[in-house]
Amino acid sequence: MRGWLIPVVLLAAALALPFVVPTYYVQFASKALIMGMLAMALNLAVGHGGMVSLCHAAFFGLAGYVLALMAPGYDPASLLLTLPAAVLASAAAALVIGALALRTRGVYFIMVTLAFGEMLFFLFHDTGIAGGSDGAYVNAKPEIAIAGHQLLDLASPLAFYFVVLAFVVATVALLTMLVNAPFGHALAAARDNERRARSLGFPIFRVRLIAFVLSGALAGIAGYFAAAQFGFVAPQMLGWHLSATVLVMVLIGGLRSVTGPLIGALVLIVLEEVLKASTDYWKLVEGFIIILIVLALPGGVRQLWPLIVGERSDEAPQSRARSPVAEGRHG
Amino acid sequence: MVEAASNVALRATGLHKQFGGLRAVCDVSIDVHVGEIHAVIGPNGAGKSTLINLLSGELIANSGAIAVGAADITRLPPERRARNGLGRAYQKTTIFPKFTVHENVRLAAQARSPSPLRMFGHVRSDAAVHERTVKAIARAGLSSQTMIVADRLSHGEQRQLEIAMVLATDPRIILLDEPLAGMGQAEARGIIDLIASLKVDRAVLLVEHDMDAVFELADRLTVMHDGCVIASGSPQDVRMHPAVRSAYLGDHGDDA
Amino acid sequence: MDLVTFGVQLLNAIQYGMVLFLVASGLTLVFGILGVINLAHGAFYMLGAYLAYWIATYTGSFLLAMVLGVAIAFAVGLVLENVFIRRLYGRDHLVQVLLSFGLILVIDEVREILFGKDVHAVAPPAWLSGSIQLTDNLSYPVYRLAICGFCLIVAALIFFVITRTKIGMIVRAGAENREMTRVLGIKFDVVNRYVFAVGIALAALGGIVIAPISTVFPGMGDGMLILSFVVVVLGGIGSVAGAAVGALLIGLTDTFGKVFFPSVSSILIYVLMAAVLLWRPNGILGRREV
Repeated sequence: MRGWLIPVVLLAAALALPFVVPTYYVQFASKALIMGMLAMALNLAVGHGGMVSLCHAAFFGLAGYVLALMAPGYDPASLLLTLPAAVLASAAAALVIGALALRTRGVYFIMVTLAFGEMLFFLFHDTGIAGGSDGAYVNAKPEIAIAGHQLLDLASPLAFYFVVLAFVVATVALLTMLVNAPFGHALAAARDNERRARSLGFPIFRVRLIAFVLSGALAGIAGYFAAAQFGFVAPQMLGWHLSATVLVMVLIGGLRSVTGPLIGALVLIVLEEVLKASTDYWKLVEGFIIILIVLALPGGVRQLWPLIVGERSDEAPQSRARSPVAEGRHG
Repeated sequence: MVEAASNVALRATGLHKQFGGLRAVCDVSIDVHVGEIHAVIGPNGAGKSTLINLLSGELIANSGAIAVGAADITRLPPERRARNGLGRAYQKTTIFPKFTVHENVRLAAQARSPSPLRMFGHVRSDAAVHERTVKAIARAGLSSQTMIVADRLSHGEQRQLEIAMVLATDPRIILLDEPLAGMGQAEARGIIDLIASLKVDRAVLLVEHDMDAVFELADRLTVMHDGCVIASGSPQDVRMHPAVRSAYLGDHGDDA
Repeated sequence: MDLVTFGVQLLNAIQYGMVLFLVASGLTLVFGILGVINLAHGAFYMLGAYLAYWIATYTGSFLLAMVLGVAIAFAVGLVLENVFIRRLYGRDHLVQVLLSFGLILVIDEVREILFGKDVHAVAPPAWLSGSIQLTDNLSYPVYRLAICGFCLIVAALIFFVITRTKIGMIVRAGAENREMTRVLGIKFDVVNRYVFAVGIALAALGGIVIAPISTVFPGMGDGMLILSFVVVVLGGIGSVAGAAVGALLIGLTDTFGKVFFPSVSSILIYVLMAAVLLWRPNGILGRREV
C-alpha cells in the first residue's frame, strides 16, 4: 500500500511550499507545474497511446493565444469564460490534426504532426493575428468572477499557484482514472499490439483520436496558464522545438507513469536554469545531455531508482514486468 | 453431420483476390456450420493465407461476398468483423506480451462488453467481464498460469492464450491459422484437444499443414491449389478425389 | 499573369522542387535503408550553406566550396554514425526523434560558435552567373538552370548506384534482411556508415547549391526539414518517384502560392498535405494497402 504514500507526501509538500519559500520560488514552482501539466498531457498520447506527437506545443500555444485575443485590454479576463474557450480551441485543433495524422502510422505520423504544428506556427507568425511575429500581451492575470463579483484574482502569485496546483491535481486524477478504466486498457492494447487489438474488435482509430483530443485539451489548459503567467504570447510558443523539449521531459519522467512527466518537467526546467546561468553555450550542453539521457536512460529517471534506494526485495522481477497500464498510479 | 441452414456461421461466395498480375484467390466459396471443424489444406502458395486474410478483414476481396450469420461483412474492417462474431488466431501468435494471461484475456472480454471504451471505473470492477475472462482461461486450460506475464509462457501456452482470448470474445466463427506450427508432439496434443473442444458451440475454420491433426479434427475438408478450390467434402471423399491425389497428396501410398 | 512571368515562375518552381527532392532523397535514404528518422537532417542543409559561404569567401571559389563542403559533411556523417546513429538502429521512434533533436541543438550552437548568427549571401560562380535567353521575351538566370540539371544528375547517379551496382544491391539487401547479409559476411557496419554519410552529404549539398540564390540564415535548416518531411508524406511511403512528384508539387504550390496568395502562402503546403492525406493516406504514389 505504499504506492500512495509518495504522492501524498509530495502533495503535502506542494501545499506547504508557498508558505516556506520566497515568492520567486513560488512562481518558479508554478512554471514547473504548468510545464509538468503539458508533459502529462503529451504523455497520454505518447506513453499511454504510443503516438509520438511533435505538435503539442501548437495546442499549448493556441490556448495562450485565445486568452490573449479574448483578454479585454487592460482588465482581467474572466477565467470561467476564457479557459473553456481556450481549451475548446486546442481540442478542436487536436481533433482536426489527429483525424488527419492518424490516417498514417509510425514515422509518418510523427512527420505529419510536425508539419501541422508548424502550420499553426506560421498561421500566427505570418498573418496579422495577434501581432504576428511580434506576439501579443496578456496585460492582466485572469480572475475567477461570477456575475461581476470577483472570487479570486490570479494576480497574486499565491492564488495563481494554488489554482494551477488544483488543475494539476485534477489532471492527475483524471489521467489515473482514464488509464485504469477500460478506455485506458484499450489504448494500451492498441499501443502494444495494434493488430491483435483490432482483431478483438476495438475501434482503434476512435480510441486513439479520443486520446489525442483529450491530450490536446489538457495541453491547452497548460498553455492558458502559461500565457497568463508570462503575460505574453509569441509564435515560438507553438514551435516544434518546444514540442521536442516536452518530449524530453516525458522521456525523463518515464513513459508509463501518470505523474512521471511532472518530475521530468521539473528536472529539465531546473537543468535549463542552471545551464543558462553557467554558460552562453547552454544549448550545446543541453543538446549533449539530451543525447546522453536518451542513450543511457531510455526508461526514464526511474531506471536510476534502484541504484539510489537499493533493490527492494519484495518486488519480484515478475511484478515489475506487470502490465504498465495496471500500474496506473505513480509508484 | 447435421447441417441445418440456419446454423451456417460463415459463408463466403465467389471470393477473388488479385495482386497486380498474380491471382492469389480465384472464385473460392466456403462455408462453416456451428458444431463443425472445416479444415482448409493445400500446398504452399495455394492461397490459404490469402483466404484467411480475406475472411478476417486484413485484405479486402476484389469481388465476392462474405457473411457471418445474417450480417454481410465483405467490406468491413477487422474490428467490425470481430464485433459481428468473427474471431481469429494468427500463424505467428499475436498477443500482448507484457500483460499477464489474465489481463490479455480480460482485454478480449472487454472488447465485447457493451461499453468497451468506458472512461471511468476500474477494469477490475466489471463482474461480467471478469466472469467471461475466468471462463475462457479455464476452457483453454491456463487457469494455473493466470498471473504469468505472457512473454514468459511456452510456445504452446501462448497459443492456448491466444485461443482463450478469441474465446473470450464469444465468436460464432473462429479462424485458426496454422495453430500447430512449430509445436512439439506433447504441446500439439494439448492444442489439438483444445481445438476439438471448440466446435461444441461454435464454428471453426482451420488452416493447417499437419495432416494427422487435420484428419483427426476435420468434419469437412476443402483443398486449395493455385488459388482455387479443387475439392471439398468429407475427409474420406476428399482423400479419394483424383485431382487432390495428383495435386497434393500424391501417390505416395498415403492409404486412408 | 502574362506568359513570360508564368514561364519564369514555372522554372522557379521546378528548380525549387529539384533542390527539395535532393534533400528529401537524403532523408529517405537514411530512413528507408537505416530505419532511422533523423531530425537533424535540416541542420546539415544549413551547415552546408554556411560552409559554402565561408569556404567561398576565403578561397574565392564556389566550386571548391562545393567539393570541400560535401567532403566535410560526408566526414562528419561518418563520425556521427559511428558515435551516435548506430545506437539508434532498431530502437523506437521516440528515442530516434529525441537523439536527433539533441544533435540539432549541438549543431546549432556549433554553427553559432563558428559562423555566428549572421545572415549571409553567397555569389554564384562567375561562369554560371548571368542570364540565358530562352525565348524572345524570356531570359532566366543560368545558375538556376544549372541547379535543375545538377540535381537531376545527382539523383540519376544515386538511382543508378542503388539499382545497378553491386554496392547498391548490398545496401538494398541489408535494408530488407540484415541478419542474412551479416551471415553472408558483408561488413554491414561499414555500409551503414557510408549510407548515413551520403544521406547527410545530400542535405549539405542542397544547402550549398541553394546558397547563391537564397540567403544563408540560422533558421533555414528547420524550414527545409519540415518541407522534406512533407515531400516524403506527400509522395508516398517507399516511393522515390513519389518523392519527386511530391517535391515538384510543393515547388509549384509554394512558388505560385507566393504570387497569388502572399499572406497565406506559407500554410498552403500544409493544406495540400491535408488534402492528400484525406484522399490518399499512403501518399500519392504510395502502396494502397499496407
